[in-house]
Amino acid sequence: MIELENVAYNYGGAELFSQVSLTLSAGSFHFLTGPSGAGKTTLLKLCYGALQATAGQVRLFGDDAARMDRDAVALSRRRIGVVHQDCQFLDHLNVSDNIALPLTVSGRDAEAAGNLGDLIGWVGLCGQADQLPPELSGGERQRAALARAVIMSPDVIIADEPTGNVDWEMSQRLLTLLVELNRMGKTVIIATHDMNLIRAAKSQVTTRVLRLQDRRLMQAGAEL
Amino acid sequence: MKIDLARMFDLIAGDPQADRAVPPTGFTARLTLFTAGAMAFLAVFAMALSLATGRLADRWSAELARTSTLRITAPVDQADAQLRSAITVLETTPGVAAARPLSADEQRALLEPWFGVGLPVEDLPIPQLIEIIEEGDGYDSIGLRARLQAEVPGAVLDDHTRWREPLVKAANRLRTLGWLAIVLIAGSTAAMITLAAQAALAANAQVIRVMRLVGARDIYIAGAFVRRFTLRALTGGAIGTVVGMIAIWLLPSTDVAGGFLTGLGFQGVGWLAPLIIPPLAAAVAFFATRAAALRMLEEQS
Ligand SMILES: Nc1ncnc2c1ncn2[C@@H]1O[C@H](COP(=O)(O)OP(=O)(O)OP(=O)(O)O)[C@@H](O)[C@H]1O
Ligand SMILES: [Mg+2]
Repeated sequence: MIELENVAYNYGGAELFSQVSLTLSAGSFHFLTGPSGAGKTTLLKLCYGALQATAGQVRLFGDDAARMDRDAVALSRRRIGVVHQDCQFLDHLNVSDNIALPLTVSGRDAEAAGNLGDLIGWVGLCGQADQLPPELSGGERQRAALARAVIMSPDVIIADEPTGNVDWEMSQRLLTLLVELNRMGKTVIIATHDMNLIRAAKSQVTTRVLRLQDRRLMQAGAEL
Repeated sequence: MKIDLARMFDLIAGDPQADRAVPPTGFTARLTLFTAGAMAFLAVFAMALSLATGRLADRWSAELARTSTLRITAPVDQADAQLRSAITVLETTPGVAAARPLSADEQRALLEPWFGVGLPVEDLPIPQLIEIIEEGDGYDSIGLRARLQAEVPGAVLDDHTRWREPLVKAANRLRTLGWLAIVLIAGSTAAMITLAAQAALAANAQVIRVMRLVGARDIYIAGAFVRRFTLRALTGGAIGTVVGMIAIWLLPSTDVAGGFLTGLGFQGVGWLAPLIIPPLAAAVAFFATRAAALRMLEEQS
């Protein structure tokens, strides 16, 4: 689905990381860990075409991301659901419109109506559907972000700190949602600091845990 | 052009959901509405001026170009002889369709405004007038003058060009200025709507970013803005046009004012001409906003 080959990235200064290779194959489940500031969010942005690698090659669904035009990037994003670390909602639209936004912008509104209600129930936001995003708690925002990430039934789900703002019980629920999606065949990658979350996941699915540290991406091991 | 029209229709008919995704920006809406309205109002006057002067120029050149006058001032005893030879000269001049001496009644009618009714023209030493009707490309006035000078010493040829030409020229220039004004109005409208669109786009940078993150294509995002600005320009343009037409309609009529000014206005089907202004304003807004939006989306990617 998504392949990174010897990828490096810098924001104009020193190399944030380099020689990063990663393959997210269909149905796989990855965790990405590493210290704050190591570049996890940056790496994920490369994976959905929000940033272009400064070296190496990123392939989205087989196409070289560096050669895709903006329309192609837009179309590939419809196949990749992203839970952003800072959620990224439209604050003037209510929760249910925000969740439906990927459908709206791809011109598929009507057919979604039934699906949308189920999804809102699935993330437990029935009572908040008509509220505006700034009125939600941190955990509610993250659940809404997850619902928006999956509404297009994407092939790949990229979640950046999806449990950063929620208590243990809620993070378990969110993890269960993601595991459920993975069982349905979706490719999942989650960036997190939460080792307990990773341990909990390991008891449910086969996962690979990657660690971004000292400018390199490596397999994490012993500490788990 | 055909593709653009199809796309234009698509964008305008578009997807009302996209309009909700982009929050309304009150001040740019009012600015566009006002600009389109004011400019349409001015455009109605420019158009009225162009059409009226165009009509005037056509009428003057058509009516006056085809006729001229020969005036014979001769002693009473030679008058008849000179008249006859003048007619002979005229009838043998290529380009002259007919030459007809004005009758005493007609001459009297011409003088009536100055001398009142019942002037005994026959007894007065006033010049005899001959009306010349031209055909084809008209006659060679220099050649005709030369012949007349030789054969009819008392004849003066007035082919009206002396005062017709500057009038027609002035009318034509006014017409050109009127169209130029319309072009300038369209240009300023485009400039102002571009500025308003840029302000709206800048105010919505975060909205645009989020729409892109969830897979919106440039044309979709641009469409939300284009649709809005096109409709506002259409509305503003319609209001301005109607007000402008009412203002023209309320201008004093011929009987009251008289002269050139009363020509300013529309006649018959001419009243339909200003109806093109609102769609024109919409088209200007469409292309201006589209260009501004696509340029900005290009820069921000
Ligand atoms: N737009 C940007 N311009 C310049 N530098 C940036 C930009 N975004 C991030 N950085 C820098 O790049 C580094 C990596 O940031 P990134 O957000 O990828 O880290 P992270 O691993 O996701 O951290 P965290 O665990 O805190 O979310 C940081 O030092 C950050 O300051
Ligand atoms: Mg991060």
